[in-house]
Amino acid sequence: MLKDQDRIFTNIYGMHDRTLAGAKARGHWDGTAGIIQKGRDWIVDQMKASGLRGRGGAGFPTGLKWSFMPKESDGRPSYLVINADESEPGTCKDREIMRHDPHTLIEGALIASFAMGANISYIYIRGEFIREREALQAAIDEAYDAGLLGKNAAGSGWDFDLFLHHGAGAYICGEETALIESLEGKKGMPRMKPPFPAGAGLYGCPTTVNNVESIAVVPTILRRGPEWFTGFGRPNNAGTKLFGISGHVNNPCVVEEAMSISFEELIEKHCGGIRGGWDNLLAVIPGGSSVPCVRGENMRDAIMDFDYLRGELGSGLGTAAVIVMDKNTDIIKAIWRLSKFYKHESCGQCTPCREGTGWMMRVMDRLVRGEAEVEEIDMLFDVTKQVEGHTICALGDAAAWPIQGLIKNFREEIEDRIKAQKTGRMGAMAAE
Amino acid sequence: MLRRLHHEQPESFAFTPPNQQWAELQMTKFPEGRQASAIIPLLWRAQEQEGWLSRPAIEHIADMLGMPYIRALEVATFYFMFQLQPVGSVAHIQVCGTTSCMICGAEDLIAVCKEKIAANAHELSEDGKLSWEEVECLGACANAPMAQIGKDYYEDLTAKRFGEIIDELRAGKVPVPGPQNGRYAAEPLSGLTSLTEHESGKKQYNASAQLAVDLGETVKRIDGTEVPILTPWLKGRDKSATKAEAPAPKAEPKKAEPKKAAPKKAKAAEAAPATEGTKPSGLETARGGQADDLKQIKGVGPKLEALLNSMGYYHFDQIAEWTAEEVAWVDQNLVGFKGRVSRDAWVDQAKVLAAGGETEFSSRVKDGGVYEK
Repeated sequence: MLKDQDRIFTNIYGMHDRTLAGAKARGHWDGTAGIIQKGRDWIVDQMKASGLRGRGGAGFPTGLKWSFMPKESDGRPSYLVINADESEPGTCKDREIMRHDPHTLIEGALIASFAMGANISYIYIRGEFIREREALQAAIDEAYDAGLLGKNAAGSGWDFDLFLHHGAGAYICGEETALIESLEGKKGMPRMKPPFPAGAGLYGCPTTVNNVESIAVVPTILRRGPEWFTGFGRPNNAGTKLFGISGHVNNPCVVEEAMSISFEELIEKHCGGIRGGWDNLLAVIPGGSSVPCVRGENMRDAIMDFDYLRGELGSGLGTAAVIVMDKNTDIIKAIWRLSKFYKHESCGQCTPCREGTGWMMRVMDRLVRGEAEVEEIDMLFDVTKQVEGHTICALGDAAAWPIQGLIKNFREEIEDRIKAQKTGRMGAMAAE
Repeated sequence: MLRRLHHEQPESFAFTPPNQQWAELQMTKFPEGRQASAIIPLLWRAQEQEGWLSRPAIEHIADMLGMPYIRALEVATFYFMFQLQPVGSVAHIQVCGTTSCMICGAEDLIAVCKEKIAANAHELSEDGKLSWEEVECLGACANAPMAQIGKDYYEDLTAKRFGEIIDELRAGKVPVPGPQNGRYAAEPLSGLTSLTEHESGKKQYNASAQLAVDLGETVKRIDGTEVPILTPWLKGRDKSATKAEAPAPKAEPKKAEPKKAAPKKAKAAEAAPATEGTKPSGLETARGGQADDLKQIKGVGPKLEALLNSMGYYHFDQIAEWTAEEVAWVDQNLVGFKGRVSRDAWVDQAKVLAAGGETEFSSRVKDGGVYEK
């Protein structure tokens, strides 16, 4: 198990002093100016060497992303936009950073902005996080008062303004180009790419969009060195990670652990085990609603990292939002609820998604009740394949994958329910 | 999803003076000419003030930001947090119904809403005090099931406790938000499994609940007086302004001010309509009672024309003669349209028009292609 001294977020539960003084006592804002004085290239190289992969779900290498930003300005300013629009069902980690350990994020924003030549950064926090916004803004105000932000921020010689902005309840604004549109005061509809944000993003200027956790871990990585960070997790899956475990475990929680921890260890150490024991485990969604579910029996030994979950189990680590479902769960209904979510959140720009999410939800609705033909399962699978990959952004894919996961893993349960409905008898599965 | 404006709308909308000031300061977070970026926070503040978002409010904010009404309406109807119909006078309750909460009992919470508030979402309770809806994932999944009431999250709920909370709200009380099962935040209920030595300096509640308790405005209509309006980013801007004064003496006393004790007045002075530049002289009325059609200047619409007239500017030749100093003053003092004079090069356009010439834009206006329906 990860030791406390190797944890980056040492106040994730907010039990320690939450002010700037407390953050400094825990080692944050230590030698920030010195890090910046080592220069842009050094910082980007260290981040590349650390192997940090973006914590917002896609797992793109953070250092590499930063290196896409122009080295010399062509007259346009550069922007860092921090994606705090945490809305993926199951995900509840960035909230804890922002309300309880906000200075990790603020210091990271300064260093990251310097590394990409940005004097201004915007944090886009989801609208519902009202208290989190207030707590984070209070920390930003504190940092300004202490000279850590503003002109010559933290004595580094770099001028840096950090603005907190918010949304108003649209999941799609977690997609980076939709977020930029929203930040410009428009509907959150994703843009066609290219151009990518690093070429033309916010206000047409070079922009990098990073997740809160990706930015908040930066100062600690730079202070302790990339070797320290790569010391956790398997190759290509380095570091520590916040896991948010919800659903049918005895003690749901948010906890920082080493990457590549086994699912069993994660659940046993921190969550007090599966409700009703391991034999009662039905299914797990290991990375937030957008990744396919995995059957319980395949999860126990699973390694919680990007490569294992994608390669071995056909799922994904996503945001490390682990949703655990025991055998009392109606798995078809649980996935139907996700279909309802995606239908609600589709922005309506692309036809396959706008029409497809509604269509998929309505078929799922009938599958929950068993009022369908067995052939319709294949038809539904086929439709998910037609939506997947045919939209501007990944919401179409995200709506398709949970259903594909359900059909691959729990087909007999769906068929059983249809048969039971037809014959008026309870099927063997439904009777459990 | 189809979202329309309510069939009954109030006559007008105005921010309370502190909210108006807050709103104008929010606009300074964005580069000049990009004030439309502030639309979501401003619409949100209007909703916090009124409980829901009316058409006059949307249009008022569109005017402030120099946006066409339809662009503001698009935003208001796109984002689901904007309530486009009246809500309960005490509180609008939003129950998270997405998978993590659903498998932990959200359906039971919704049943409580149906029983205690109204049969359908967005319907007012009989006493008019409460309304409810099921919302998508609120991002507190490790504390499922949960609901947002006003500004706050009530987490780790049971149907019984949720019913009590609703009863208390109805009776005019505001229960302490946060986890309702004895947890502090998102740690394991049975006790810490990590960070066991990091408990010093622990306040009574987690950061969210502590703010709610300290400020006491969970379900209050926000008028802008609840907290000091702070704009620390403007401090640096004063220093970087063109004036080459030594920045040190200016910055020192400000830093020394106790943060909380230096509320609005000091900050307001900092950001108040600037005294930079000089005010161009204006006329009492248009010469010969016949004002020029200022809308022929690209960037001046009916709203701005009225605003300019109210400031004493009626003629192209007046604008054509503005000096750089005067342009700076007008740029700063066009409420809701800051920076427009220089952005759209009014003076250059006015020179052409005052001399009897035409611009590409003015000829389009004359042809009736711009303002007539």
